[in-house]
Amino acid sequence: MSFDLEKIRRDFPILSTQMNGKPLVFLDSAASSQKPKSVIDTIRKYYEAENANIHRGVYYLSQKATEKYEMARIKTSRFIGAACAKVVIFTRNTTESINLVAQSWGRTNIHEGDEIVLTELEHHSNLVPWQMLAQEKQAVLKFIPLNQDSTLDLTNLDEIITERVKLVALAQMSNVTGTIHDLSAIIRRAREVGAKVLIDGAQGICHLPTNVQKEDFDFYAFSAHKMLGPTGVGILYAKEEILDTMPPWMGGGDMISKVWKDKSTYADLPARLEAGTPNISGVIGFGAALEYLESVGMQEIRNHELELLQYALDRLEDFGGLELYGTNDLSKRGGVISFNFPGVHPHDVGSILDEEGIAIRVGHHCAQPFMDFKGIAGTCRASFYLYNTKEDVDSLLVGLKKVKEIFGRVLKR
Amino acid sequence: MSLSDSLYQEVLLDHYQNPRHHGKMEQFHLHQEGVNPLCGDEVELYLKLNGDIISEISFVGKGCSISQASASMLTDSLYGKTISEAKSLLHQFKGMLLEDKVPNFSEEYEDLESLEAVKKIPARIKCATLAWNTLEKAIGK
Repeated sequence: MSFDLEKIRRDFPILSTQMNGKPLVFLDSAASSQKPKSVIDTIRKYYEAENANIHRGVYYLSQKATEKYEMARIKTSRFIGAACAKVVIFTRNTTESINLVAQSWGRTNIHEGDEIVLTELEHHSNLVPWQMLAQEKQAVLKFIPLNQDSTLDLTNLDEIITERVKLVALAQMSNVTGTIHDLSAIIRRAREVGAKVLIDGAQGICHLPTNVQKEDFDFYAFSAHKMLGPTGVGILYAKEEILDTMPPWMGGGDMISKVWKDKSTYADLPARLEAGTPNISGVIGFGAALEYLESVGMQEIRNHELELLQYALDRLEDFGGLELYGTNDLSKRGGVISFNFPGVHPHDVGSILDEEGIAIRVGHHCAQPFMDFKGIAGTCRASFYLYNTKEDVDSLLVGLKKVKEIFGRVLKR
Repeated sequence: MSLSDSLYQEVLLDHYQNPRHHGKMEQFHLHQEGVNPLCGDEVELYLKLNGDIISEISFVGKGCSISQASASMLTDSLYGKTISEAKSLLHQFKGMLLEDKVPNFSEEYEDLESLEAVKKIPARIKCATLAWNTLEKAIGK
């Protein structure tokens, strides 16, 4: 199927709405993507005609809901190339998936003096859970440093990932600079020392064809809402032999096998790690999102974003006076552009663009260590997805011209 | 005049570019740090008192034009004033932004009215009030 941008845009109702009297130009998909009609309709249909709790009822509706919920798990496992569906655990979001690993696997396997390796480009959700675990266990956090172009400096990888390292946790793609990391070299080194590898796929899975088995991830965490699905659904994939050893981290309904007054036994995977009534409508809606992405094709989405990225980088370069972050090697970069007007705070840029109907993200993007590394307060971030156009980029440039006019007096020359 | 034009007026940009009473103080009676954790804006206030009078005041900080210009206007407004005048101004300023009260500042505080446009941009109200919330912590309610 060819990539039909006009048809895709028609599938997203919000894209034909107006903001502040101007057509919406949505350039913040890295924060949360918009949703196609098929996802919205699927959720609506569930509540209108199929609503019931799962895994409990013997009646038709409950069985139907259970079937759809479990079908979404199967679709997820296929989408990421997992060996089977039971290694897909549904959570609330990427953050909860990472916390699940920290609280369950981490508390069991990380001990005093052990080391956890992260990068200086991590999102807070793949930093704070490890800080908390390291404090509790007297473990040590280490960081793979950055090159000036925001790629990872892997020259001292062997000294950073030593025999003491139990886990290497890093993003597949940075939410700030769009950097796509060279995971193969890191995973190879982790294998040499017997460390596990957790990949934060929140920004990766929505943009890049990904296969967790081929790429040999031990843990893979991501969220539905950045890939056309609803909010409130996160996913944790882990290799079955690892999940088998992981104790429950939350107790309650659905995760048990048998319960006495003083003790319980626990269910098999995946139920053991999914306590309580989950986000049923959300998971079912996520299934529809995966179908949508598959119908377009992940490689087609990647190609489209690369075209937009190249176009936008050229135009921003021509605009002049902007500080652009991230590598120019597009093979190592997704559709995210972080930039600054030297002298103008990103929040001021964001407010002025908002008035033009242009939605970008501004601030530290929950990646403060990176801002410290660059010595900046934050950045302006325009991020692309399958539904963005070159006209969106042109609108951004018009908005930036307005910023320049308003702040002309205080802009650094 | 568009919203951003009415917000980013000469007076605000002037305070942003040339902040008044800017810098750390070595000896002070009151010191308070304020931060907006979601956006990372920071303001630190230093006050020196002579009885009830604010005999010296200064700030340092980092953040957007609104947060820093607001801090500059605050220090400019309160220099030489009493604590009770400060409390009254604080009340009036927060009333303008948080309770939609019509500002009625006396002439010497008229710069503050330039921040009224912020209340039409809810996401930025916390920027404009950061220095004032910090002052509130420093002097108590």
